[in-house]
Amino acid sequence: MNFNATFIGQIIAMGFFLWFCKNYVWPLFANVLEERKKKIADGLEAANRAQKDLESAQAKSAEQLTEAKGDAASIIDQANKRAAQIVDEAKVQAREEGQRIIAGANAEIEQEVNRAKEALRAQVSAIAIAGAEKILEGSIDQAANEEMLNKLASEL
Amino acid sequence: MAEAAAEQTVQEYINHHLSFLTFGKVDGHWGFAHTPEEAMEMGFWAVNVDTLGWSIFLGAAFLLFFRSVGKRATVDAPSGIQNFVEAVFEFVDARVSEGFNYKNDLIGPLCLTLFFWILLMNTMDLVPVDLITKGFEIFAAVVFGFEHAPFKIVPTTDPNITMGMSVFVFLLIIYYSIKNKGIGGFLSELAFHPFGKWMMPFNLIIEVPTLFAKPISLGLRLFGNLYAGELLFLLIASMLGYWQLPAHFVWAVFHILVIPLQAFVFMMLTIVYLNAAHDKPHH
Repeated sequence: MNFNATFIGQIIAMGFFLWFCKNYVWPLFANVLEERKKKIADGLEAANRAQKDLESAQAKSAEQLTEAKGDAASIIDQANKRAAQIVDEAKVQAREEGQRIIAGANAEIEQEVNRAKEALRAQVSAIAIAGAEKILEGSIDQAANEEMLNKLASEL
Repeated sequence: MAEAAAEQTVQEYINHHLSFLTFGKVDGHWGFAHTPEEAMEMGFWAVNVDTLGWSIFLGAAFLLFFRSVGKRATVDAPSGIQNFVEAVFEFVDARVSEGFNYKNDLIGPLCLTLFFWILLMNTMDLVPVDLITKGFEIFAAVVFGFEHAPFKIVPTTDPNITMGMSVFVFLLIIYYSIKNKGIGGFLSELAFHPFGKWMMPFNLIIEVPTLFAKPISLGLRLFGNLYAGELLFLLIASMLGYWQLPAHFVWAVFHILVIPLQAFVFMMLTIVYLNAAHDKPHH
């Protein structure tokens, strides 16, 4: 068990091994582990972000759902109102139409009555003239009578 | 093993297993030491080819293995082997980020290298004591005519190896202390701490040995634990005959706790020491 140059040899060997390890071994694993750490951190962060996204999407969808429900309710409401309005309008129109038909009918009836009256008046004057002719036996001046009869007819 | 113990005395067996395959200059020419005495004669300029060779082999194997896994590493679906390497990496990285409060890109790689390399070197202690050693002894005798060649396969049972690593850490401690505190800050920490400037001699007496105790305790703790473990395996192998098999198993079960623990302790103390080297003086 002598103290000899093995000692120096070991120091040199160790220096070489340390140099080799520092430059060619340690960085390989340091890089791999660093990269893996980063990857895992990124993955966890992405998962967190996805969770948050999901939550916000759920909140948004719930909001949209309530909004849509409100919209639907207001649309139905409006439709109901409009329907009532249409019905009312139709009622009014129908009433007006009915009134107009009634008025038309009344006017026609009146016209008919007038026409009948006219016809009757003409016939009455003819009957009167015929009666008078019969009574007077053709001695009457045609023109004077005509005037008198017309006056009579208008008085009827 | 048993017959080896019968041929040799127990002491010879253990001595043989505790000697290194040392390459150096003996009797004026370069060569391997054939006896522990020759190895002693070689003095400082000799190399324990076996422990340094295993140390370099294990370090290179581990780093190349990690690199090949790291090159094929995917972010999405890690394979089984990538999971294993990543687990080791994250274990070391977690210890560093817990214990080291400053920004220094060298500490992570340093701790990964130390931890896994020492773990592998310690694990060589679980290889049966005679398997590779005896194989090499026969190989050397047959091929090179080198009888009784020693061959130690556990680098951390060589104090040269453990002290080499701890002194490397010590040099980093000194370097970062001076870099972060300045040479004045570093020296004043030794001189004016813990009792203020009027007690400077006392401070130096406390702080200087404390500083040097760091690498020595770091290196010798690892060496001592593994050396004791190895020695017990050798005692079991040399003295118990066929009863050594259950005894080896029992001791291996205990020792398997020591192996990662010592690698872990070495790494943790390195973190603590280097963290202290980055602490700014607060006064």
